[in-house]
Amino acid sequence: MHPRLLPYLLLLPAAFFLCVFFLYPFFLVAWQAFFTDAGEYTTEFFSEMLGHWKFEGALKNTLILTLIVVPIQTALALFMATLVSGMKKGRDIALYIWTIPLGISDLAAGIIWLAIFEQTGFLNSFLYTLGLIDQPQTFLGYQSKTTIFVAIVLAEVWRATAIMLVILVAGMGLIPKEYYECADVFGASRWKQFTRITLPLLKPSLQTALILRVILAFEVFAVVVTLGGTNLPVLMSEIYVWQFDLRDAHVAAAYAMVVLAISILCTLVIMWALRTPKEARI
Amino acid sequence: MTPVTLLSRGAVVLLCCWVLLPIYLLIVNTFSSQADVSGFPKNLIPPMDTENVEFFMGYFGVGKALLSSLKVAAITMILSIGAGAPAGYALSRFDFRGKNLFRVFVLMTRAFPLPLLALPLAVMYIRIGLDDSVLGLAIIHTVLALPFAVLITYSLFSGIPIELEEAAWTLGCNRFQAFVKVIFPLVLPGIAASAVFAFVISWNEVFAAAVLTIENRTLPAFLLQSLGTSPLHLKFAGGAVMVVPALVFIFLVRKYLFSMWGIANR
Repeated sequence: MHPRLLPYLLLLPAAFFLCVFFLYPFFLVAWQAFFTDAGEYTTEFFSEMLGHWKFEGALKNTLILTLIVVPIQTALALFMATLVSGMKKGRDIALYIWTIPLGISDLAAGIIWLAIFEQTGFLNSFLYTLGLIDQPQTFLGYQSKTTIFVAIVLAEVWRATAIMLVILVAGMGLIPKEYYECADVFGASRWKQFTRITLPLLKPSLQTALILRVILAFEVFAVVVTLGGTNLPVLMSEIYVWQFDLRDAHVAAAYAMVVLAISILCTLVIMWALRTPKEARI
Repeated sequence: MTPVTLLSRGAVVLLCCWVLLPIYLLIVNTFSSQADVSGFPKNLIPPMDTENVEFFMGYFGVGKALLSSLKVAAITMILSIGAGAPAGYALSRFDFRGKNLFRVFVLMTRAFPLPLLALPLAVMYIRIGLDDSVLGLAIIHTVLALPFAVLITYSLFSGIPIELEEAAWTLGCNRFQAFVKVIFPLVLPGIAASAVFAFVISWNEVFAAAVLTIENRTLPAFLLQSLGTSPLHLKFAGGAVMVVPALVFIFLVRKYLFSMWGIANR
């Protein structure tokens, strides 16, 4: 065999797999959203989706959740990564504990926070023992959308900050120590070092982390379903409802196109906003 | 100790508690009796009652779901390493036309909401007879895990000097023998870690599993489906069963966590 063919041969299984089960299905889902089963072009599925009373709420909830959760996670992950970079003893154990949620699914995370927020849960017990309330409160009922929202934000921050942390810690490891030594010599404060050295040089990792996290935030599903039930529709839960309960794959596909569109749009915006010129790369 | 280090120590401990406390509370609930789970106010020390877990394990459908979960995760592991490791090796060892294109392609998969793939695949699977099957679900989980497998193995192979391989060639090994005798033993722990990572991805995935399977539901899909109907103590036991393997897995792969984003190798 010709040696120049070898790398292509090695890539073949992965490339084949991704083409058949990643590229092709994405064409299919777009097809399903725009064409009827008979193969005629139509925007009927989109108007059905837009006309449905839950659509606006689902879109709004998804976007607001992302807007609240992602900035908190970014700040927290940056803080944690900075803390850990200054540590010598106990660094490994702190990182292990902080990355535990990485292995926990959104469904399990939802159940974990359900144990805290449900009516006979730990939060109620805690408040009762302190004497702040006389009887258990309903935090997750259909009348308390705000507390459901807070619970979901807490669960998401708890569960998915780790993924950003890992990327940022890896990125901080790539910044040469000499820059900080130099800053020390010139008497720059810790905060100044963070804003003038760490943040600008961390841009590529920050970009990766943000893209990944924002896309995952648009996919929020099981946490919302466990904590909010049907009280708080989001895009993914609506897709599930259309696909499963209403048995209309076309409208589900139209929803999927919405998720895809906002994901791609956000990816492009983040890529542009945090671009690094070639000369400025480490 | 200066006030600043004291303060940051405090922050580290506080953040550790923030992560661990909710897990602890779930464990307390899991090892409480049914009456305790819905009792009020609660104890913070578990009575170590295994009635709950036993009930969950004997609950109709749980055993089967657990088995499906294991099967799907095992197939995902094999497929994603089988296809990902050769690609990782090719990326680290060869310079060829289209190399960057392939890297971008792999990275691009992360910019798409992958669970959505379940929708068109549900239709495709009915056509080719893979609907409601363990293999069909494992395939979509492989799409989720494959990019990570490629990137982790890429950084693993890049970390092994090519001189080792070259030495084996000069001593009479061909490319394949050199790989099996020299490189493979060196990367085995890393490969195992990325296999474990693929396992966790599959074990935790909810959306595609819920959309694609009816009879062969995996554990997360089963839990999701019975959320509305199952009593609280059952949910907690199910949550704990899902969390425990995750804890072990993260512990096993902790050394490799930072190379999975393809940016930690220099």
